[in-house]
Amino acid sequence: MSAGTGTAIVVSAVAAATPLVYAALGELVAERAGVLNLGVEGMMLVGAIGGFAVGLSTGSLWLAFLAAALAGALVSLLFAFLTLTLQTNQVATGLALTLFGVGLSAFVGRSFVGLPIARVPQLHIPLLADLPFFGPLLFQYDLPEYLSIALCAAIAWMLARSRIGLRLRAVGESPETAHELGHPVMRIRYLAVLFGGAMSGIAGAYLSTALTPMWVEGMSAGRGWIALALVVFGTWKPWRALGGAYLFGVVTVLQLYAQSLGIEVPSEFLSMLPYGVTIAVLVVICRNPKTILLNRPASLGRSFHAGS
Amino acid sequence: MRIASSPLAALLMLLTGLVTLSALGKDPIAAFNVFFIEPFSSIYGIGELLLKATPLMLCALGLSLGYRANVWNIGAEGQLTIGAIAGSGVGLFYGGVLGSWALPVMLLAGILGGMAWAAIPALLRTRFNTSEIFVSLMLVYIAQLFLSYLVHGPWRDPAGQNFPQSQALADNALVPTLIEGARVTAGLWMALGLAALSWWFGSATAAGFRMRVSGMAPAAAAYAGISARGNIWLAMMIGGGAAGLAGLLEVAGPIGMLQPVISPGYGFTAIIVAFVGRLHPVGIVLGSLLMSALYLGGESAQIELQLPSSVSGVFQAALLFFLLAAELFIHFRLRRTRR
Amino acid sequence: MTTAGPAPARTAPRLALRGISKRYGSVLANDSIELEVAPGEIHAILGENGAGKSTLMKIVYGVTEPDSGSIEWQGAAVDIRSPAQARRLGIAMVFQHFALFETLTVAENIALALDEPSPESQLAARIEEVSLRYGLPIDPQHVLHGMSVGERQRVEIVRCLLQRPSLLIMDEPTSVLTPQAVRVLFQTLRQLASEGVSILYISHKLDEIRELCDVATILRNGRVSGSAIPREESNASLARLMVGGELEECVLMPREAGEVRLALTGLTLPSSDPFGTSLSDINLGVRGGEIVGIAGVSGNGQKELVAAISGETLCAAAGAVRLCGIDAGRASPVRRRRLGLRFVPEERLGRGAVDEMSLADNSILTGADSGLVRHGMLQTRAARAFARATIDRFAVKCAGELALAESLSGGNLQKFIVGREIRLEPKVMLVAQPTWGVDVGAALVIRQALIDLRNAGVAVLVISEELEELFSICDRIAVIAGGRLSAAMPSSKWTAETVGLSMTGVFEAAGGSEPLVAGL
Repeated sequence: MSAGTGTAIVVSAVAAATPLVYAALGELVAERAGVLNLGVEGMMLVGAIGGFAVGLSTGSLWLAFLAAALAGALVSLLFAFLTLTLQTNQVATGLALTLFGVGLSAFVGRSFVGLPIARVPQLHIPLLADLPFFGPLLFQYDLPEYLSIALCAAIAWMLARSRIGLRLRAVGESPETAHELGHPVMRIRYLAVLFGGAMSGIAGAYLSTALTPMWVEGMSAGRGWIALALVVFGTWKPWRALGGAYLFGVVTVLQLYAQSLGIEVPSEFLSMLPYGVTIAVLVVICRNPKTILLNRPASLGRSFHAGS
Repeated sequence: MRIASSPLAALLMLLTGLVTLSALGKDPIAAFNVFFIEPFSSIYGIGELLLKATPLMLCALGLSLGYRANVWNIGAEGQLTIGAIAGSGVGLFYGGVLGSWALPVMLLAGILGGMAWAAIPALLRTRFNTSEIFVSLMLVYIAQLFLSYLVHGPWRDPAGQNFPQSQALADNALVPTLIEGARVTAGLWMALGLAALSWWFGSATAAGFRMRVSGMAPAAAAYAGISARGNIWLAMMIGGGAAGLAGLLEVAGPIGMLQPVISPGYGFTAIIVAFVGRLHPVGIVLGSLLMSALYLGGESAQIELQLPSSVSGVFQAALLFFLLAAELFIHFRLRRTRR
Repeated sequence: MTTAGPAPARTAPRLALRGISKRYGSVLANDSIELEVAPGEIHAILGENGAGKSTLMKIVYGVTEPDSGSIEWQGAAVDIRSPAQARRLGIAMVFQHFALFETLTVAENIALALDEPSPESQLAARIEEVSLRYGLPIDPQHVLHGMSVGERQRVEIVRCLLQRPSLLIMDEPTSVLTPQAVRVLFQTLRQLASEGVSILYISHKLDEIRELCDVATILRNGRVSGSAIPREESNASLARLMVGGELEECVLMPREAGEVRLALTGLTLPSSDPFGTSLSDINLGVRGGEIVGIAGVSGNGQKELVAAISGETLCAAAGAVRLCGIDAGRASPVRRRRLGLRFVPEERLGRGAVDEMSLADNSILTGADSGLVRHGMLQTRAARAFARATIDRFAVKCAGELALAESLSGGNLQKFIVGREIRLEPKVMLVAQPTWGVDVGAALVIRQALIDLRNAGVAVLVISEELEELFSICDRIAVIAGGRLSAAMPSSKWTAETVGLSMTGVFEAAGGSEPLVAGL
C-alpha cells in the first residue's frame, strides 16, 4: 500500500466518519439528559433532503446546513413533545420517528432525485496544506469536518466544566432529584433533544452535500443506527464516540479500496462490515454489566413524571 | 377505555391526511375515493388487501408477544428475508426431489430460517447483555445484502438475461391461491390461525403469563423466579419464526422467485401494526387490514393522483404518532384523576 | 450546657402555622394545624407513619401549598410557593431521602442545590469552612458513590448550612444513622440552636426527642393531638399522645425451638453492582418455631442477603444456603419455594405484586406450584378462590379478588402479600421490611400473623430497619454491617450500646448493662 493510497483511505475515512460524529455527539447530549431518541436515522434523512433542497435552490451551503439543522430540530421537537410532555414510550416513539423521517424525506425529495449539486469545498489551509505528506493528510479537509472536532471539544468541556453541563448530567442521572432541587427538567431535556435533532440534521446534510453529493431515498443506509451504537461504544463520552466514529469511517471505506489492497471478497460482504462491526463493538462494551452501570445515565429511557 | 385510542388515532390520521392532500392541491373527496374505495371495489382488490395483510399479520403477531415481554425485536424485516432465502432455497434446489412434500418442507425451512436469524440477537442479549434492538436491526441490513449477493451471484437464473433474480419456483413449490381472480394465498389461513393461537397462548398458558409479567414488572418476574432468558429466547424465536414464514409466503406466493427486494418494509410496518393493535391479536388483525389498505391506497394514489408511494409511509408513521399520543392522553387522564 | 430557650415573649415566633389544612383525594393529611416555633428552639414534630408530618413539612418548605390556613414568618404573613422561595426566607430542609447524585462530586452536588451559582474554588473553600465549624468532615472533591449514609447526610446538612438558614427542618434524620453518628448530629444541632437557628425535628423516636428537643408537637391522623415539653414526659406518655391510647402489644410466649430449617454457612457473595455491598462469611441458623431478626442501617448488605436467600442471586457454593437440610445455594427461586421457602420482599408494587394485574393473577405469581398452574395451563378459578380466601382471612380492604394490585392501599397490599405467602404453607418464611409504610392497624395484623406462624413451628427470618419492631417480635436478633453478620443473640441480651456498636461493624458479645427498652 502506497503512501498515496494510505492518505486517500484516511481522508475518505474522515469524510465517512463526519456524519457519524455529528449525529453521535447530538444523540450523546440527549442521552446524557436521560432521553433515548431512536429516531436519529429519520432525523438524518430529513436533514439530508432539507440541506440538499435548500442548498440546490439557494446555491448557499451555509443556508443548506442551517436548513438541515432546523429540519432535524423540528422533527425532534415532535419527538420531544410526545415523549416529554405526553410521556409516550421512548422506544416506540423513536421508532415511529425513524419511519416518519424515512417516509417524509422520500416524499419531499421525490423531485430532487438525480439532480447534481456542487460538493462542499475542501479547504486549503495556507502553508500547512503544502507540507509533504502531512499536508494532504491533515490540512485539506472541508469546514464541517474541522468543525466536527471543535464540536467534540466544546461538548466535552460543556459536560465536564460548565454549569449547563452539570445540570444536564444531573437531569440524566435523576430527573426527580433535579426537579426537587428546582431545576427545569423539562426545559433541559427539550433543549437537549432539539440539539440532538439539529446535529442529526447537519449529519444528514453532510451526507447529501459532501459525502455523496446527491439525494437518494434512504441514503443514510443505517448510519443513524450506527451513530446510536457509537454513543454506547463511547460509554457516553464525547472523545470516545469520536474515536469510534473514525474507526467506523475506516471500516466503511475499506470496500472502496479493497481492490487496491488486494482483498478478494464480493462487495456485498464488504458492505456488511460496518453493520457486523457495530454488533461486535456493542457486544464488547455490553459484556461487562459494570461498564454500563457506571457510565450509562441512570434515567435513560425512563419517562419523568413531574407530579409523582 | 384504552381500546378507544386506536380508532381515535385512525380518525385523526384520516383527517390530517385529507387536510394535507387538499393542501397539496388534490380534491379530498377524490383522494378519499382513490385511497379507500377504488382499490377494494373488485375481487382482485379485496384479494390484494388480504394478500398484503398476511405478512403484516404474521410479523406483528410474532413481534407483539415479544413487545409485551419488553423484548424489542426490530429485525423482523431481516428475519423475513432469511426465512425467504432458506425456504426458497429448498424449493429451488430440492423442489424436484421432494415432489409434493416441497411446500411443507419449504414452510418449515422458512420458519427455521427466521428463527435462526433471530437467535443471534437472542444469544447476544442473554449471554452478553447486548441490546436486541441494535443487533436485530443491524442484521436487517446484513440479511438484505446477503439476498442481494445471492440474486446477483450464485443463485442468479442463468436463463434470466442477467436480471438479478433467481429461477422461478416450480408449481409444487408455490403456495396455492384462495380465490379465482385474486392473488391472496393460503398464507392467510396461517396468519389467522396464528392469531387464534397467540390469543390462547397469552391468556391461558403459564408461559404466556410469564411473558406478561416480565413485560409489566421485571422485578416481580425475578421475584417469582421467572427466567428472563427463557422469555427472551421464546419471544425472539416466535418473532423470528413468524417473520420467516411471512417472507417465505411472499416469495413462494405472489412473487414466485427471489429478487433483490421482496418486501416493501413489511417487517417495519408490522411494528406499527403491533402497536396499533394494542399488542392484542384481534387488534393486530384489524390493524393489518388498515395498514394493508394504506399500502394499496398509496399505490393507487401513485397512479391516479401522481403522489409518490412514499406517502403511505408518511401516513403509517403519522398513524403511530397519533396512536401513541391518543393512548397516553387517555392513560394520563386516568392516572391524574386517580391521584 | 444551657439549652437555647425561646426568645423573650414579646418577639414574634420565627415560624407560625395557623389553621393549616391539606387534603389529598379522600385523605385529610393535615387538619387545622396550629404550630409556633421560637428562634433558637429545637421543636419536635412527633407522630406515627401517616400522621401528616411529611405533608406539613412539604407545606413549610414550599413543595406544596395548603388548601387553607396561613403561614407567618417572623410575624409577617407569607405565601411559600416554592422551595427556592422558602430558601430565600431562610428555611432549609434535610430530607429523609437525600436529593443527591451518585456520579457527581460533593462540590458538584452542593453547587446544584444552591440558588446562586458560586465559582468552583470559592465553593470548595466555603464547604470546608462550614464542615469544619460544625464537626461534619467531608471532602468536596469526593464522588458521592461509595460514601456512607452518614457521610451523605453530612453533605446534605452542609449544603443547607451554606445558605445560613434561620430555620432548619430535619426529616427523620436518624433512621439511617448508627447511635454514635446520632451523637455527632445532636452536637451539631445544639450548636446551631445556640446560634439562634430554629430547628424542626421530625421523628417518631421517643428517646431521641426526649434527649434533644425543647418542645414537641404531636400529630395524630392529621391533627395536633397535643403539645409537650419532652424532658418532662416519659416515653409512655408521649406514646399515648402519638397513638391515642394503649397500644396492644404483641405477645411472644417462650417456646422450644425445633430443628434448624434455614442455615447460612460461610455465605460470601461479591456484589455485581458497583454501588452494592459484598457479603462476607455470613453464618446464621434459624430454627422452626422462632423468629430471628436482622437489624442494621440501610445499605449494609440487607438487599444482597435477601437476594442470596431467596435465590434471585445464586451463591458459588451450594452449601452456603441450606433449606430444611438440603443444599440450596445454587437453586432457583422456584426450586427454593418447592423446598418450603416463602418470601415477602421489601417492595410491594412492582416486585411483590404486579401493579396492573388482579389479586387473583398475583396469586399465581408465587402460587404456580401450589395448584394454580397445572400442565402449563393457568387455573383461573382456583386462583380466584385462593385470592378470595386470602382477602377474607387477612381482612384486606379491596374491591374483590379481581381488583388491581395498584388500587389497594400500602397496608392492605402488604397484608395481601404476607397473607398469600403464609397461605402457601411455608416451612421457612423470609420477610423484608414487613411494616414499612404500613398503617398501625395493618402493621399489627402483620406482626401477629408472623408470630402465629412462629407458634405453628415455622422458621421466620425478619430483616428490618425498625429496631423497635424487631425487639417486639423477635426471639433472637443479629446485626448486619458492611456485609458481615454478628452473632444472633436473644433479644433480652442486647443493649443500646452493643446494638449501636454492632451497627458500625464492631461485633462483640453483650455486656452486662441494662436491657434495651422496646420503645413503647
